[in-house]
Amino acid sequence: MGLEDFAGEGYLTTRLDAVLDWGRKHSLWPLPFGTACCAIEFMSVMSSVFDFSRFGAEVVRFSPRQADLLVVAGTINYKQAPILKRIYEQMPEPKWVISMGACACSGGFYNNYCTVQGIDQIVPVDVYVAGCPPRPEAVLEALLMLQGRLREEEDVKSHPIGDAIETKQRQPIFIQ
Amino acid sequence: MQRINELHPVNQDFEPEFYQDLHTDLMFLNLGPSHPASHGTLRTLVALDGETIMSAVCEIGYLHRGFEKTAENRTYDQVIPYTDRLNYVSAIMNNVGFAKAVEALIGVEITPRCMGLRVIVSELMRIVDHLVCIGANLVDIGALTNFWYLFNKREQLYDILDKLTGARLTNSFTRIGGLARDTYPGFEDEVLHVLKEFEIAVLDVLKLVARNKIFLSRTQGVGIISQADALSYGFTGPCLRATGIPYDLRKEFPYYGYENYQFEVPVGEVGDTYDRIMVRFEEITQSIKIVRQALKVLPGGPINSDDKRVSLPPKDQTYVNIEGLINHFKHIYEGIKIPPGEFYDATEAANGELGFYIVSDGSGNPYRVRCRPPCFTIFSAYPDLIEGGLIADAIATLGSINIIAGELER
Repeated sequence: MGLEDFAGEGYLTTRLDAVLDWGRKHSLWPLPFGTACCAIEFMSVMSSVFDFSRFGAEVVRFSPRQADLLVVAGTINYKQAPILKRIYEQMPEPKWVISMGACACSGGFYNNYCTVQGIDQIVPVDVYVAGCPPRPEAVLEALLMLQGRLREEEDVKSHPIGDAIETKQRQPIFIQ
Repeated sequence: MQRINELHPVNQDFEPEFYQDLHTDLMFLNLGPSHPASHGTLRTLVALDGETIMSAVCEIGYLHRGFEKTAENRTYDQVIPYTDRLNYVSAIMNNVGFAKAVEALIGVEITPRCMGLRVIVSELMRIVDHLVCIGANLVDIGALTNFWYLFNKREQLYDILDKLTGARLTNSFTRIGGLARDTYPGFEDEVLHVLKEFEIAVLDVLKLVARNKIFLSRTQGVGIISQADALSYGFTGPCLRATGIPYDLRKEFPYYGYENYQFEVPVGEVGDTYDRIMVRFEEITQSIKIVRQALKVLPGGPINSDDKRVSLPPKDQTYVNIEGLINHFKHIYEGIKIPPGEFYDATEAANGELGFYIVSDGSGNPYRVRCRPPCFTIFSAYPDLIEGGLIADAIATLGSINIIAGELER
């Protein structure tokens, strides 16, 4: 664009969206919506051996208004479902959802009268992580794949002004 | 308004408008169901006067997964993975409890090696359960460092369980009449090594908290329950022993040769949060002792009972002769046939008495499985424990009674 000539050396030009996405990618703030066994495994993910914070998702926030990555870890039953929906709606845009474990992805082996058969009936899901519960490495991979998607500019239409965000139908990622 | 008149009669004289607008009614607040300190998904509705809890009501059911109903449509071996998810912090203890109840209902003797291994893995899981409980409780009252100390050592045990059972958390290690597989070479040495690590972790954490004034003032005299109340609520496990009653199923109704191991039952004095934490610390030490003794006397031999009613035939028989094949087929498709009857059997799980009441109608599926979880009775006393205290004390108390939503709501 010729801006380099104008600004001199030591400058880099880019789009504002790209900078914001780059920043978001490395500072996702997870909200662990842990209900069951997967929440215990998510504690392992956070602890020093696996260390979620290596990838910039260190600050776990239990307040939905301070988080942009919802990690649903555990079974969601019909009594819990409205709470999950409400927490998702309270989170500010842009936001992403990791569905951790078989119960959250599909109901798992609880195919009965009380269990929601997958949280994608309630909230949109970006990454599905299989396993009962998934190994911590799988959760780390889910985060890395989500970060990889954030780098693809055409997928995430973000805008610095919070209320002018174009949300686009996103294809989910499946981790076996 | 009446209370304000009583409390501040003087101030109202020169600031009447201010006091008119001031809300002095009780404030109602939801602790949970999504709350960082509500372990799992518990909800407590509290009525607050300032920060003092005047009244509290608990609500459960946010993790009801229909364990008992689902179990009626599964064979006995298929129920075992569901029992993993009752108390998912110490999954194998639930497997052992269920398998023991079914075996007692049929009248199957398990092999000495199976007994020894069940004791070893159960006690290891008890240690892990207490480590997680203490760690999470200390995080709730603001001591994060201890959590990492305890959790890192726990990961070392999980590596062993990974090799032994194939899973980290939900192991499904037992089968009716035996175990899923035998140990691998080097199992004993690795367990002895991790026991040393556990001792180091306990010492490290005790150094940090035992004489820590903040810890003492946050826990001592908080959430007290008397012996009589604890008994009438049906407390078992560390929460009961913290009140001073040395009731432990491993001593009262010994099973799997617990009567041969030298260990003590630690008790508390007043039944407050501090006692509950310290009883758990001491139980970790006692469990380490039990595992060391059990490893020394662990007999050889098969791990599965040779009773054809419960055990799968060896693979060389399944693939070679027709009787073995039919036995395998009937076992898998129809399940273990249990004569009609009903039976209650309990084991001492990490939280207390974990009982299974099984009714059989003679078919391959249980007619009814009732789980008696230790958490349920303990959580029913939670409003009594926190009423009259502060909100912060309620959080410290909740961590110390170790509520696991999976077995509370099943």
